[in-house]
Amino acid sequence: MTMNREGRGATAPETHEVHQDHGTFTGNRALRIEEALLFEIGRPEVTGVDLPEPPKVTKRLGALERKAPINLPGLSEPEAVRHYVRLSRHNYSIDNGIFPLGSCTMKHNPRLNEKMARLPGFGDVHPLQPQSTVPGAIELISELSRWLIELTGMTAVAMSPKAGAHGELCGMMAIKAALDARGETRKVVLVPDSAHGTNPATAALIGFQVKSVPARADGTVDPAEVVSRVGPDVAAIMLTNPNTCGLFERDVVEIAKAIHDAGGYFYCDGANFNAIVGKARVGDLGVDAMHINLHKTFSTPHGGGGPGAGPVVLSQRLAAYAPRPLVVADGKDVTLLEDAEGGAKHSIGRMTAFHGQMGMYVRALSYMLSHGSDGLRQASEDAVLNANYIRACLQDLYSAPAGDRPCMHEILFDDSFLEGTGITTLDLAKAMIDEGFHPMTVYFPLVVHGAMLIEPTESESRASLDLFIAAMRDLAMAAKAGDTARFKEAPRYAPRRRLDETRAARAPKLRWTAPEPWKAEAAE
Amino acid sequence: MRYLPLTPEDRTDMLARVGVSSIDDLFADIPAKVRQTELPDLPRAKGEMEVERILGRMAARNVSASSVPFFVGAGAYKHHVPASVDHLIQRSEFLTSYTPYQPEIAQGTLQYLYEFQTQVAMLTGMDVANASMYDGSTGTGEAVLMAHRVTKRRKAVLSGGLHPHYREVVETLGRFADDRIVSLAPDVRATEDILGAIDDETSCVVVQSPDVYGNLRDLRPIAEKAHAHGALLVAVFTEAMSLGLVESPGAQGADIVVGEGQSIGNPLTFGGPYVGLFATREKYIRQMPGRLCGETVDAEGKRGYVLTLSTREQHIRRDKATSNICTNSGLCCLAFTIHMSLLGEAGLRRTAETCHANAVLLADALGAVPGVEVLNETFFNEFTLKVPGRAADVIEKLAARGVLGGVPVSRLAPGRVELEGLILVASTEVNSDEDRAAYAKALKEVLS
Repeated sequence: MTMNREGRGATAPETHEVHQDHGTFTGNRALRIEEALLFEIGRPEVTGVDLPEPPKVTKRLGALERKAPINLPGLSEPEAVRHYVRLSRHNYSIDNGIFPLGSCTMKHNPRLNEKMARLPGFGDVHPLQPQSTVPGAIELISELSRWLIELTGMTAVAMSPKAGAHGELCGMMAIKAALDARGETRKVVLVPDSAHGTNPATAALIGFQVKSVPARADGTVDPAEVVSRVGPDVAAIMLTNPNTCGLFERDVVEIAKAIHDAGGYFYCDGANFNAIVGKARVGDLGVDAMHINLHKTFSTPHGGGGPGAGPVVLSQRLAAYAPRPLVVADGKDVTLLEDAEGGAKHSIGRMTAFHGQMGMYVRALSYMLSHGSDGLRQASEDAVLNANYIRACLQDLYSAPAGDRPCMHEILFDDSFLEGTGITTLDLAKAMIDEGFHPMTVYFPLVVHGAMLIEPTESESRASLDLFIAAMRDLAMAAKAGDTARFKEAPRYAPRRRLDETRAARAPKLRWTAPEPWKAEAAE
Repeated sequence: MRYLPLTPEDRTDMLARVGVSSIDDLFADIPAKVRQTELPDLPRAKGEMEVERILGRMAARNVSASSVPFFVGAGAYKHHVPASVDHLIQRSEFLTSYTPYQPEIAQGTLQYLYEFQTQVAMLTGMDVANASMYDGSTGTGEAVLMAHRVTKRRKAVLSGGLHPHYREVVETLGRFADDRIVSLAPDVRATEDILGAIDDETSCVVVQSPDVYGNLRDLRPIAEKAHAHGALLVAVFTEAMSLGLVESPGAQGADIVVGEGQSIGNPLTFGGPYVGLFATREKYIRQMPGRLCGETVDAEGKRGYVLTLSTREQHIRRDKATSNICTNSGLCCLAFTIHMSLLGEAGLRRTAETCHANAVLLADALGAVPGVEVLNETFFNEFTLKVPGRAADVIEKLAARGVLGGVPVSRLAPGRVELEGLILVASTEVNSDEDRAAYAKALKEVLS
């Protein structure tokens, strides 16, 4: 095959002479410098913030003024900058290379969006200053709502949920409220085995019983299985589409019909919406509620695990149950409805203080305006093309449960190609770290053995994909050739070797504590 | 399109490699009748300049906090954040990384989370803290659910001093989870009989201090009564800066401490994203919601950090998890922990003292305006002002004079006539003598 290997070392690894690692006196490795804990370098009397002397007043704290010191360590600014810059260098990031975590959608984060979110008119406005002083903030939420509604073909959007799981909660509460309004108590929610853990957790949180729906061999849901499970006790189905195996649920319209015919609702987990923006509208598929992870599809930065944002689009049947606050556009008039108590008979109420993740709204709208309708569709197409390109270039060495079938934005492999090698999915992932890549999602979805879910996103160039593919091919061949140590000892070149997670859980140490003086002395 | 690296030639070659003739072949699983053939009815792609123009125009319609004398609080506070904080959180390695599921290449994130957890535990006077919740209000909802798990009871008592938004969030969750939430009436002067509301069915009592009206509440007797009945005390705060000057909830006997961390390191941003702080006693860690970072060692014995106790969490336990939460507020934690490490004990104390002193001066200045009364005996940096007439009108008139003077209580608790004359007024280290003078002058004009 013709593979672009530009940028790779010309020498195959096995011809390198392996030098014995003598380590260093400091534990540092050139650019990678060890960094102590803040509590080991900071001192309570040091501060990196200069403030004038506080005005002298008679305090009005009653008897509740703090008496004992907290002993929080402080750092001067140069110490602080160095501490965090050093820590940052122990992290992998999208800006550093491909981050193919399936289902997580690690696409490029445009810096324009960061700049826009920091405009004083967005970043420096208070959620409770008079509405008359923030018409532009309300306009921004309204404009983002319009884009989300148009892209999904739904009736309304609840903007305030703080993240995907919070959006799921919003959607499932709306479904429960709609059932209540019909005077029905339905207890069961159908969730396919391939679902994200948040789906069953959310349903259980508000008292639903979760009943699983088995998947077909390729990971998709058979409408016959849904038909056989629906009934007067079934409130909803929670379905991810495209699903977590990277496939579009081709029978989604029949599934929607089955649940609707039985009087239930269709909740769609929108984690993978990024594959179909501009290609299909979930409203046309029969969806009643879907959260949209702005931090996935619309590229607000993941920030090491958050913050996210999870607006929920709602169908006509559920629109009346939207939480407060709610931005409503009526022709030219845009209104911010805050009151969860009066005037909102059906609303499920308030899910969070204030108006939701404004900083993420600005970034998402900036991303949408930049892409436009044409660019958003192109992004979906490129994401799907990139995933299929990886699939086509790896399928002779890796094992795909869906066979030759095209995938959407992510390609799922299982570990059957590693059979007999003694090497596991985790070992392969750790070996990828040594090769300079962030591993794909591993062991999810749960429906295939040793899952490896690769989502390259549209942000990767062809050259970047080719480098990744070449490395993945080399690793698969090394595994099959019995080069076991390469995998079992990996990662060898990361800031840390494999970490002992069992030990961390068995005797949890969740905070730093000051060493006891007698112990410190004894150690000297 | 500047964000899409594939060229038309790349696409053609790659389609050939995949073995299909057109991109639509890859979308063949979408049923034809629901496939979108037309572009969505939305504008086409734009360059940076045009996007900046559009969003800049919207932003310019808003009055920013720094541009006027600013005294709005009620759960979100305008503090000065050192320039280095925003610079550091925009390091690529922090901004564009994911949840640290591969700890060997995420030690940067994990170590700052460990440091964050330690700072939050110290600040609140508790044993352990988690790696954050979405914000203070959702964290409070999670605290109540946790108390239900710990006590195996389902009745929570909410103080009338709790921020009404927080109360509503707890009530919404409680209603859908079939829990009993007993909310006491708005308690402007901290005189409610909360001890009388605690009984043997109570799972927890939720008390905010400083409360939404600014009063400091002595949590000790509440903790004693709660514990005597086998209930937990959930202590809430919305102004993290207060912990620099006020006795910690942990020292007063709280079992769970939850609050809003926005004040440290994070801008106002119209209400989010913020960072929920969540701390508890060691014995309850397995009932905690959210991510936890713990210390361990690697294969060479070197100290390192991992996410731990994940058997509590949804991705492992699914419908048996302690919470459905997945995402936390990673980057907002980072802003918090950087700002806090720059402040240190000395800087935190001084900032908190300045906030308090400025609020005392402001209360004196506004209380001297004819017809105006400060209702609080105690407060940290926010107090309740009683004005003649409707507070909402007064606030609008102040805004027209270029002063953002606070939050009318009626906006948080609508429909209560007895609260219509009340304004929540906050002051921080950013307010100057001129700001205070401008407020007092404008208030006098508005009321005369």
